Amino acid sequence: MRTQKANSSAVSPAQQPPREQQSLGADVAALLKENIREYAMYIALVVIFITFTIATQGLFVSPRNLVNLVNQTGYVAVLAIGMTLILIIRHIDLSVGFVAGFTGAVGALLLMNGWNVWLVIPVVLLCGIAVGVYQGFLVTAIGVPAFVTTLAGMFIFRGLLSWVTAGTGTIIVRDRTFLQFSNGYIPDLPWGASLNFHLLTMLVGVAVVAFMVVSQVRARRSLQRYNFKTTSPVVFGAQLVFSSALILGGTWIMATYRGLPWTAVIVACVLAIYHFLLTKTRFGRHIYAIGGNPEAAELSGIKVKRVTFLVFCSMSLLAALAGILYTSRLASATPTAGLGFELDAIASSYIGGVSVSGGIGRVTNTIVGAFVIMSLTNGMNLLGVDISFQYMIKGLIFVIAVAFDILTGSRR
Amino acid sequence: MADDFILEMRSITKEFPGVRALDNVAFQVRRGEIHCLVGENGAGKSTLMKILSGVYPVGTFEGEIVLNGQPQQFRSIGDSTRCGIAIIYQELAVFPELTIYENIFVGNEITDGMVIDWNETIVRAAAVMKRVGLNMDPATKVKHLSVGQRQLVEIAKALSKDVQLLILDEPTAALNEDDSENLLKLLRDLKEQGVTSIMISHKLKEVLAIADTITVLRDGKVIKSMDAREREITEQEIIRYMVGREIENIYPERKRSESKEVVFELRDWSVVDRETKRELLHKVNVKVHKGEIVGIAGLMGAGRTELAMSLFGNVPGYELTSGEMLVKGKPMRFKHPYDAIENGVAYATEDRKGKGLILIQDVKFNISIAGLKRLVRGLVVNDNEEIAVANHFKEAFDIRTPSVQTLVGTLSGGNQQKTSVVKWLYTEPDLLILDEPTRGIDVGAKFEIYTLMNQLVEQGMSIIMISSELLEVLGMSDRIYVMAEGTITGELPAEEATEEIVMAMATRTREVPVR
Repeated sequence: MRTQKANSSAVSPAQQPPREQQSLGADVAALLKENIREYAMYIALVVIFITFTIATQGLFVSPRNLVNLVNQTGYVAVLAIGMTLILIIRHIDLSVGFVAGFTGAVGALLLMNGWNVWLVIPVVLLCGIAVGVYQGFLVTAIGVPAFVTTLAGMFIFRGLLSWVTAGTGTIIVRDRTFLQFSNGYIPDLPWGASLNFHLLTMLVGVAVVAFMVVSQVRARRSLQRYNFKTTSPVVFGAQLVFSSALILGGTWIMATYRGLPWTAVIVACVLAIYHFLLTKTRFGRHIYAIGGNPEAAELSGIKVKRVTFLVFCSMSLLAALAGILYTSRLASATPTAGLGFELDAIASSYIGGVSVSGGIGRVTNTIVGAFVIMSLTNGMNLLGVDISFQYMIKGLIFVIAVAFDILTGSRR
Repeated sequence: MADDFILEMRSITKEFPGVRALDNVAFQVRRGEIHCLVGENGAGKSTLMKILSGVYPVGTFEGEIVLNGQPQQFRSIGDSTRCGIAIIYQELAVFPELTIYENIFVGNEITDGMVIDWNETIVRAAAVMKRVGLNMDPATKVKHLSVGQRQLVEIAKALSKDVQLLILDEPTAALNEDDSENLLKLLRDLKEQGVTSIMISHKLKEVLAIADTITVLRDGKVIKSMDAREREITEQEIIRYMVGREIENIYPERKRSESKEVVFELRDWSVVDRETKRELLHKVNVKVHKGEIVGIAGLMGAGRTELAMSLFGNVPGYELTSGEMLVKGKPMRFKHPYDAIENGVAYATEDRKGKGLILIQDVKFNISIAGLKRLVRGLVVNDNEEIAVANHFKEAFDIRTPSVQTLVGTLSGGNQQKTSVVKWLYTEPDLLILDEPTRGIDVGAKFEIYTLMNQLVEQGMSIIMISSELLEVLGMSDRIYVMAEGTITGELPAEEATEEIVMAMATRTREVPVR
């Protein structure tokens, strides 16, 4: 019995009889062992939530603060999604913070000059793509290492940002539509007015849960059809109930407050697009292949340079979107906007389980990573922790997350 | 005098997991001679030299090393260097951005305790450079030197440390004619000065021109040690000792193709390295018929992998100086492996872990990645179809894996190799190039790879098999090309090929002037 057990862990779990026949305890243990990285992230999030809730005497989990947290996390989450792709293909982008700051300032400037908001947004996003083309060209066509290219970019766009804002100082944004992106809420349905909660928000929440349950069940069925390993029905059900409760709970809090923030809608759309891209399309496969082994990818007919170029373009496009969200949130563009965003984005990705050596990572987990980082920031702000300590704590959490990944990775 | 041995290695046995690389080897080198070590790839030459130089420290092998009558225990390269042994590898360990004199004295700096005495360094460097015949400014940066000159720098470095025993691992493999000749002349000059040399070489003409003693290794054993000063030795004799194994019948039978349809052809294909401008391939002509297995034999460094890489999308970025490629009669040139795949050419690399597989991904990911296009519906990769495809290949070619969802990195070498071949089958190629398809896998897995190859050609695919294992080439091919020094030195149908003939072609190199 003992030898058999040692064997099974050494070879592969799937050689054993199908999961269903295993004891529930062993199933949970195996699940924990395989996904230790992922669970560590959730545990960290829960610990952060409990600690700050107690420390702030409940203020941290008040609806007002939670909505605030969502709006704060928005721009970091968008950056982190782009950064996840960059890190998977073994590159880095240090310029994202000031690219966001600069493009946001361009948007603010155009609005100040009376441009229509629906014209400003595409122009700002195009600015982002232009930045991506420039940096992607350097990295792929010239072969300048991404570290150097984007470190230089960090200076260039910081310079551009202070140059653009030099004449005016902080540029105030007054456009109501523009301010909605990071401060507004989705409108309610006409017949929701009589209720004491936001009907459309609740409906969206229910729809998301329904979609999740259906797709999870279908994925599980498909796995079973091929006799692949699946978790036991109990564990599977528990996972579903837990995540459904989390989503519905969050939605309920928002619905009883002022409804779903536009930021959440925007981030969810970006997340859905990138999740689809990474998991369902050829482009996504190519990204994982390049991250896993660039030479093998090239020899398998993947145009590594082209994919790399596109990933840099997508990163800067998302940086511009983050710039819009941040500018909208502050209702202004400041000369220091974007300072330190790159750290938050990179940390979110690593906390979310992107492998330091590339090839592994999921945008859905990156979002959770972003929440971990931004809950810390938010909570420490509530507690009035000095900014110098905030930097130290964030830096430490970042490096611990990576060290943890390397330690658990080496055991894999 | 005759039995004054500078070096005796006694009953050396070295095992790697699953392989006995050296088996009770006795190796003796007389003082002041040039001793050549020859043998097929994998015969154990390099392993023996690594033991001698301390790369494999004492304790990792059995046996005894006696230098100048004293038993030695080398724990590191540093230990052997202190005893006057210097080894010069095929891949030179020079620092291109440093000057010649800095390279010669790196790690052995002349100091007054703290500060490097550069003047003394330059003077001594110039002296030792004169000994090796390197007539240049010692302050020249090494990056401006040719491969041959860099080698001289390495030898100068060894001489600066009062070397007694100089080991050279295939020193002329990367050299042109003139440089090779100079090097051999230098070895003779050093011999006059009392330096003993051990040279590993595949080029038998060189060996015969320079050796005092020739030792032949085969399968980890010393087959023969011959004194070249006593009598005339012929190439044929050496080749016979190098090969001469019983051919085991491990090659499955197949129906040979009669087709005369040419699916692939290279004409006068010449390629140079973009940076060093060294010619890697010289006017290579290869023809492949439908349903045929074409073997390409040759020793290490003959240019076989360069040939495959240069035609399959040229990933290393070689410069093509002449020649054309015809795929099914149409002239083509692949700019990227993508183009090659699109046109029905596939290449399974010799380095399955480094360049073939994505070890952190599962079996189905690896099987589908090269032919992913076929799985796409609209925008979406069809996961279910992917699983079905992977399962089909798993069954058809008996890839032993718990499931197609298992990470490739956890499979055995043979099953990894099958996966790295099978991934190309999904692209449905007309021509499959297999580079060392059975390297590092056991006999059973080899047989399965051979069976797989037979299945494929019977279905009408054509295969080019590059292999260093002569028996495998002889056993599997319909037709054999032999390469040496970047060019085809022979072509023959399998029926006419014997180990001796092929080995003679593989070692057929330029004439070397006899002393």
